[in-house]
This record gives sequence, structure tokens and C-alpha cells, in this order.
Amino acid sequence: MPFNLWLLYALMLKSRLFEEAIAKLWYDGLISGEMHLGTGEEAIIAGIVSQLREGDAMALDHRGTAALLMRGVDPVSILRELLGYPDGLCRGMGGHMHLFSKEHLAASSGIVGAEGPTATGFALSAQYAHPGTIAVAFFGEGAMNQGMMMESMNLAAAWNLPVLFVCKDDGWSITTQSESLTGGDLNERARGLGIPAVEVDGCDLSGIWEASQLAIERARSGQGPSFLHARCVHLEGHFLGFQLLRIARNPLREMPDIALPLTRSILRPRGGALRERAAGLKKVLSAVFSTLRDPRRDSANDPIQHARKTLLSYPVRLNDFEDQIKQEISDVFASALAEVPS
Amino acid sequence: MKTLFFTQAIDDAIAQAMVDDPRIIVFGEDVPLLRRNLLVRFGPKRVRGTPISESAFLGAGVAAAMAGLRPVVELYMVDFLGVCMDALLNHAAKVEAFSGGKWTAPVVLRIPCGGGYGDGGQHEQSLWGWLAHIPGLTVLVPSTPADAGGLMLAALQHDGPVIFLEHKFLSETWLEFLGSGARRTVHYDVPAEGTKGTVPHKWEPIPVGKALLRRQGEDVTIVSVGLSVHHALETAKTLEKEGISAGVVDLRTVSPLDKTAVCEAVAQTGRLLVVDEDYEGFGLSGELAAVVLEAGISFKYARVCTEGTIPYARHLEDQILPNTERIYKSVRKLME
Ligand SMILES: Cc1ncc(C[n+]2csc(CCOP(=O)(O)OP(=O)(O)O)c2C)c(N)n1
Repeated sequence: MPFNLWLLYALMLKSRLFEEAIAKLWYDGLISGEMHLGTGEEAIIAGIVSQLREGDAMALDHRGTAALLMRGVDPVSILRELLGYPDGLCRGMGGHMHLFSKEHLAASSGIVGAEGPTATGFALSAQYAHPGTIAVAFFGEGAMNQGMMMESMNLAAAWNLPVLFVCKDDGWSITTQSESLTGGDLNERARGLGIPAVEVDGCDLSGIWEASQLAIERARSGQGPSFLHARCVHLEGHFLGFQLLRIARNPLREMPDIALPLTRSILRPRGGALRERAAGLKKVLSAVFSTLRDPRRDSANDPIQHARKTLLSYPVRLNDFEDQIKQEISDVFASALAEVPS
Repeated sequence: MKTLFFTQAIDDAIAQAMVDDPRIIVFGEDVPLLRRNLLVRFGPKRVRGTPISESAFLGAGVAAAMAGLRPVVELYMVDFLGVCMDALLNHAAKVEAFSGGKWTAPVVLRIPCGGGYGDGGQHEQSLWGWLAHIPGLTVLVPSTPADAGGLMLAALQHDGPVIFLEHKFLSETWLEFLGSGARRTVHYDVPAEGTKGTVPHKWEPIPVGKALLRRQGEDVTIVSVGLSVHHALETAKTLEKEGISAGVVDLRTVSPLDKTAVCEAVAQTGRLLVVDEDYEGFGLSGELAAVVLEAGISFKYARVCTEGTIPYARHLEDQILPNTERIYKSVRKLME
């Protein structure tokens, strides 16, 4: 399959509009609990999922909605799942972190790192029973420090399994900057296990597409696993309503609730020496300031804007194209919301 | 006395203990931000963040405890113990027995648990029965801010591994972080007395293994723990209006179980209803029946527990988690 920017742009835009509309449902209170979006990851997902064939498997993390949508799972059934309806994709049992589609061999997990063993097992079945098919694992950089992820990479290397390990690196594990707690370099870690590693920019659709094409070809032809490291930015932070982003977006409203108890704690008699307290305060402030300087706020990090730049050379076609996709997604929502089960 | 929220009370008790005992350190994922008020008071040597490597940092916490520290290890949710169970099952729980009683691992695990806010079956389990099944582990499940602080202090003074479960529905902080995300468009029916309450100015440890009779009752004894205690109390009020007197025992500690308190109460009423948010089979509810039977007491028995995997959809959750309606029906049936 040749690289087709229009087709990939369509996948990305659909996913973006779909997830933005999910965000609205969440803010309106129609979805309870956590909601992790994949907005900002679309180029990574589209570049890889568009190259999957029938029989290929996917192991997804807590941001699996985009991948399922791009893989061709019925969007109405995903939405009705998120709304908790009995005719949803998983009959209201799974929710966004636990989406499963047996016919697409796609399984999600909210357990960080579980994508490693899952993709490895799917790949074992592929190697044994369906040669030529492969498995992909999508996960964050935080998951790289989970024991089972490293064990899976080793197992996949030792058994020469057809897996693509895709690390979507946004630099953050919820409120923790992952680099501060990660030893060494992730690509070197993969190479140390005998797995070829490629670094790509998560906004660079063609770069992702080419790197994954090679990795997928390797896997299909029995040459074993690959590791793809793609940097990206989560435009909505860790999840919707994320406190650090709330601070960045509205510091005057959010800061007092945090600053008052913090000040009281620093001034409390007994406890650490002044030096220790200052070091502690520095840590808290650095997390807050990194959020204020957050790359999430820069549209240069938005893969959709990135891809769109090239397509802008065909303004009329682009306009029609986008209108059509918007209509499609709005039809999906109208249809998903039309009938509320009693 | 002062008034604190549930999570604040736990943090407050930990702070008091940290002042008195320099061996106490706190670590876990996102702890620098989640426990920022401890971090700015005690500094980054004692309050630390960890990578998402539960097997490593929980296992390290167990061994650090053996070597003389008093670590408070935080996990994001009790469900995630699945990743690192070995540290508890085969190490923390075994040290004392294997060393012939000469060595222990005084580590405290502080972990959110419980459901009802729509996060699904991998994020809302209770699992205290599963943990209490293992000899050598102490399992605490407080239901009010005052108990939470007092039991945390006891945990920090205890000479073996303690699992301290903090119900997310009682914790304003967790419910906002994971449930509402600061929205006003979702509603959670949180019990007022569980989420906020008066606590002592200076914390005193609440003895481990001591249940509390929260309500006297003549006709039936409801034994419960954690969030469900509040559902039981609310139902008892309704039943009172209908002439049924239901007593409520709050276990507070799942292991070791306060057998005496349970047996005394059931001996008086002759009826036991267990309300347990953990799974029904092979757990706390069956254990309580066994304990009372072994004591030779004759009684009628029923249980309201979590039936199967917890669904994501909130209306489905309501059907399988314990709630006032299910408790009410069970008591009425026991009274027939
Ligand atoms: C085993 C386990 N530990 C902790 C968590 C809580 N948790 C959920 S997402 C997350 C951060 C994951 O970071 P990363 O892997 O980088 O993915 P991202 O969310 O940034 O996409 C954590 C710690 C979990 N779900 N599972």
C-alpha cells in the first residue's frame, strides 16, 4: 500500500472529531469516571493501523479508542459503549479503558504495561497458526518501566515473534515527568534486548508510516520484533479534567486551593530542615511550571495541523473533504444518541 | 477537635508520625504531587516518586522495612496489586514465619480501593478478602476520617506488613481526581459522615483488630466494612421506622478479624447479614459465617456482596455493588 496523505488525514481527523465529541459528552456528565483521550497521538496510530491487514492483532492501553476507530470498529457501538448502553461494543461492561473487539483481535487494558504480554501472546499465535500476520502493542513511555513490558520484549526477541512495540512518548506519566525516573535511553534498552529500535517524530506522518512499514515487513517475513519510539503531546493532558492542565489554563481559579495548604505545610513547626523543605517546594513548583510551559499549548505539536499544512495547497478539495468528514462524525453522534435505552 | 476530610485525616496522621519517627518515608507513583503537603514539610528524601514499576518499588519497600525503615508505599489502586503480588504473598507475609519470628517487614501499603463511580472492573475492586486470606498480612479498611487517621497511626507502629485501604468514594480527593474531574455534571451519593468528620488534635492509634458497634440492634446484626458501613447505617434507619431494629458492626480491620465482637452481637440478635463490597465467593462474607458457626451460635444468615465482575456502566454497577436497596431487601427476608 502506498503512502496516501488524504486517506491518513481522513483517519486522523475522524478520530479527532470523534474524541472531541466524546469530551463534550464527558463534560456534560453523560460519561462518569476517567476519560483518557488519544488526541495528539493520531499520526502514530493512523500511520501504523492503516497498514494492518485482516488477522493482525492490537494490544491497546487506556487510550485505545482512536486505534479501534481507525481499525474499523463501528463508531456507533464504541459511543454507545461509552454511554453505558446494553448495545454498546462491550454491552456497557468495559468502558473506554477496557474495550474489546474479538473480530478485530483488539484488546485493551487499563493496567499499565499489560500491552507487552498481550501483544506477545497474539504474536505467538500469529507465528504458530497464521504466519504473515502480526501484533502491535501501543503504550506510553511510562509503561517502559513496567517489568512485564521488559520481559515481553525479551520473550519476543528470544522467540523471534512478529510484534511491533510502539512507545508513544508524551514525556508524562500522569503528573510525573517520566525522564526523571527512567534510567538510560529507551531505544538503547530495546537494542540491548536485540530488538531494532527506530526514533520517529509523532507529528511526522510520513516518517511514522515509513518506519513502521519496514518494521511490519520485518515481522511479516519472520524476522522478529521491532521497537518504534515516537514522541508526541497529549493535547488534553493525562485525562479530561486533569488538575495540572486546569492550573495551566486557569491559574487564578485553581492555584489558591493548592497554594494555601501548601504554604501552611511549609510553615508547620517540626518536620524537615529548611533545606529539605525548600527542595520539596522546588519539586512541586517544577511540575507546575513545566505544565505552564507546556508543549500541549503549542499547535506546532498537533499532528493534525501538521498534516493539514501540506493539504492546504488544495484548499477547495480540502474544504469539501473536511466538511464531509465532519458530517460523517456528526451523523455518527446523532445516530448513537438518538435512542436512549429505557 | 478539628474537622478533616477522609484523605486529609490520613495525611495528617502520617505527618504526625513522620515528625516522631524519622524511619518513616513515603513513596509511590505521583507521590510528589499527590502528597505535596508532606513533600514540602519533610523534603524529597522522605517523600518520593517512583517509576511505574510496582514489583520493584513494593518489593523494595518490603526489604527496606526489613532493614529498619518504616516505608509507606502507595499504589494507585488495589487492582494494580495484581502486577506485584509476589512482594506481599511470598515475601512481606512470610518473613516473620521463615525467620522463626525473629524478623519482620513493617511496611505500610496505602492503597485506594472500591467502586461506584464508573471506572470499570479493573479499577474498582475491593480485594480485602483476597489479601486477608494470606497469613501474615494485616488488612485495615476504615470508614470515617477519625478511624482512618487512628488506624494509619496504628499501622505505622505495627511490627509487620499492613495493607491500608482507602475507599475512593470516601475520599474527596480521589473521587475528584478519578470520578468527577472537577465537573458539576456528575453526581455521587457520598455518605457525609464517611467523607468528612471531627478528628482529634493529636492522633492516638486505634487498636488493630478491634471492630466497633456503630449501632445497637435487637433483631438483626449487619456486619460490614468500609463504604458499605454507611449504606448499612442508612438502611438501619429506614428499617427502624418499620419496627425492625438492626445493629451495625463496623469491622474496621478485616484481618485479624474481631471474632468476639461479631459473635457477641450475633448471639444477641440471632441474625447475621454481611454487607461486603468484596466478591461474594470464598471471602469475608463466608468467613464471618464460619466464625459464628464455630462459636456454636445458632443464627440465620444472608449476605450482600459484589456479584461478579464490576461493570463500567453506572446503572449496571448499581445492580451488583452493595447498596441500601439490596441491604433492605435482605434484612426483610431474614426477618420473615
Ligand atoms: C499497573 C498500573 N500502575 C499504575 C496505573 C495508574 N496509571 C494509569 S495511566 C498511568 C500513567 C501511564 O503513563 P504512560 O505509560 O506514559 O502513558 P500515558 O498515560 O502518558 O499515555 C498510571 C501510572 C495503572 N493503570 N496500572
